Amino acid sequence: MNIIETKNLHKTYKESEIEVHAVRGVDLSFEQGEFTAIVGPSGSGKTTLLNMIGGLDKPTEGEIIIDGINISTLKGSKLIDFRLRKIGFVFQAYNLIPVLTAKENVEFIMNLQKRPKKERIKRAEDLLKAVGLGDRMNARPSKLSGGQQQRVAVARALASKPMFILADEPTANLDSESTRNLLEIMETLNKEENITFIFSTHDTRVVNKARRIITIDDGKVLSDEKK
Amino acid sequence: MIIKVAWRNIWRNKRRTLITAASVFFAVFFGLIMRSIQIGTFGNITDNLVSSYSGHLQIHKKGYSDEKILNNSFNSDKSLINKLKTLKHVKYVVPRLESFALASSGEQTKGCFVTGISPDEENSMTKLSEKLTSGKYLLKNDKGALIGDKLASFLKIGINDTIVLIGQGYHSVSAAGKYPVRGILHFPSPKLNSSLAYISLKEARKLYSAENKLTGIAVLLDSDKNTSSIKAEIKNIINLNEYEVRDWGEIMPELKELIQSKSVSSYVMLGLLYMIVGFGMLGTIIMMIAERKKEFGLLVSVGMKKTKLALTVFTETVFLGFTGLLAGFIVSLPIILYYSVHPIYLGGKIAEMYEKNGFEPVILFSSDTGYIIAQFIIVFIILIVASVYPVIKILNLNPVKAVRD
Repeated sequence: MNIIETKNLHKTYKESEIEVHAVRGVDLSFEQGEFTAIVGPSGSGKTTLLNMIGGLDKPTEGEIIIDGINISTLKGSKLIDFRLRKIGFVFQAYNLIPVLTAKENVEFIMNLQKRPKKERIKRAEDLLKAVGLGDRMNARPSKLSGGQQQRVAVARALASKPMFILADEPTANLDSESTRNLLEIMETLNKEENITFIFSTHDTRVVNKARRIITIDDGKVLSDEKK
Repeated sequence: MIIKVAWRNIWRNKRRTLITAASVFFAVFFGLIMRSIQIGTFGNITDNLVSSYSGHLQIHKKGYSDEKILNNSFNSDKSLINKLKTLKHVKYVVPRLESFALASSGEQTKGCFVTGISPDEENSMTKLSEKLTSGKYLLKNDKGALIGDKLASFLKIGINDTIVLIGQGYHSVSAAGKYPVRGILHFPSPKLNSSLAYISLKEARKLYSAENKLTGIAVLLDSDKNTSSIKAEIKNIINLNEYEVRDWGEIMPELKELIQSKSVSSYVMLGLLYMIVGFGMLGTIIMMIAERKKEFGLLVSVGMKKTKLALTVFTETVFLGFTGLLAGFIVSLPIILYYSVHPIYLGGKIAEMYEKNGFEPVILFSSDTGYIIAQFIIVFIILIVASVYPVIKILNLNPVKAVRD
């Protein structure tokens, strides 16, 4: 069963008075438990596509249906609340809250979901242990390496028990070892807990691990291959 | 969580937080100390002048304020004095007969202001006996005089020497009398020292041929706060066709104007001070917002409602300002409280300057809660207004643009 469907998705925006067609008629669907990489060169439209699927950006035309809901119709706090409950995000620049410890960063999302304190603490600890940071829970992001920060970001994305995780160039700032560690963690979570991951990337190491590769260029889907 | 995040966030850039908090601290500190000294010192000057001479209110015959002559005196009315004494907040009611005369001794002559007083009642209000530097205070129907020390030295006379007063009495009758000097007075004001002479009310009436007459009744209240209300009450009990009632501001308009002009200048100073602080705060907030735009975008992206984010940042700015505000109060209040009980007595040339202007050379701090609460509220409002900017910015935030920027 499809958990995400995009129908004739278009995105046009103006940049210095010039109209840019970032996405041109994309039709895609994703099923629960996929481990998908969206690949393409810089400026091909992968981040714009991911932003629209994540409800961060509105399509100029077309529909995005997630869990049966056309998210283009959601506005303001309803859309924010939808993101909070259904989607996990992992960003290229980690983007943890610098004043909170690793554990507090993971707890933060559950705090927004108003989960009970006991549950928050337990889940944050379990998730950090799962990403191999059981001994770094009380460290602030500035005391963690890039790879460790990104693992906290993955734990944070999982904390809200989302339907799927969108990861925008998650390995772009990581060295080889950190990349390998992170990919192993995400692959394990995908296989063992059936968590859906959708990456935008041009990192071959990620592409090699993906079981579905969507190639886009100039805002159009060039190929969609399953391994 | 909001409070924890907000508190930690303000310490992300310690130096900037400390500079911003310090600007609020110094504004609050200087603002409070400045107002405290001004209110305290002017309050002291007013209290001194009011309690040592004018009283809070004075009752005269209608027209006396325009033409201060004996012909504008009125018959002493015991029932009126008794009515005044029964009013709430009235401490003392003091009858007087005042006029000008030439004071003379030997070959020296000088114009002076003669006040006929009821010695005991006058002393209970003005504590005139405490201003004696030599001699004795007047007895009830004393035939002697008390004079200012500068007048005494000009006339080259001392205790038990005779002073001659020559002038014009009631209905232009010529007035002349001689009085042994019972005591020499010293006032903070050199002007008063060189121009005041006191004799008993009985002798003044005899001198000016003004039998049973008074030129005024001075009324001292328990507090200046009640001046307006008691003035209105007195207006109700006197015949306004016959009498007039004036407050100390009308009796000493120069003092009232001086206090008002100083208050205006201090408000301008305070306004400038707080404007600088307000803009300083706003500058910090704008910088903070610009630096963290991406972070805000990401927080909204992962599901933090804009209202919650705005509340967090609002809490941060309030914390930032409050740190300075509370520090300002914590440091300045003990100083204010200490100096309100232990005034600073000035010496040297500054003291002379004060005395020349007729003021007691003392700096007194006021611990009146009114201006302290007012300053707290003003700074608090500035903080709230400055904190509105990030709230508006966050509520209009476009997360994708914020992240991309």
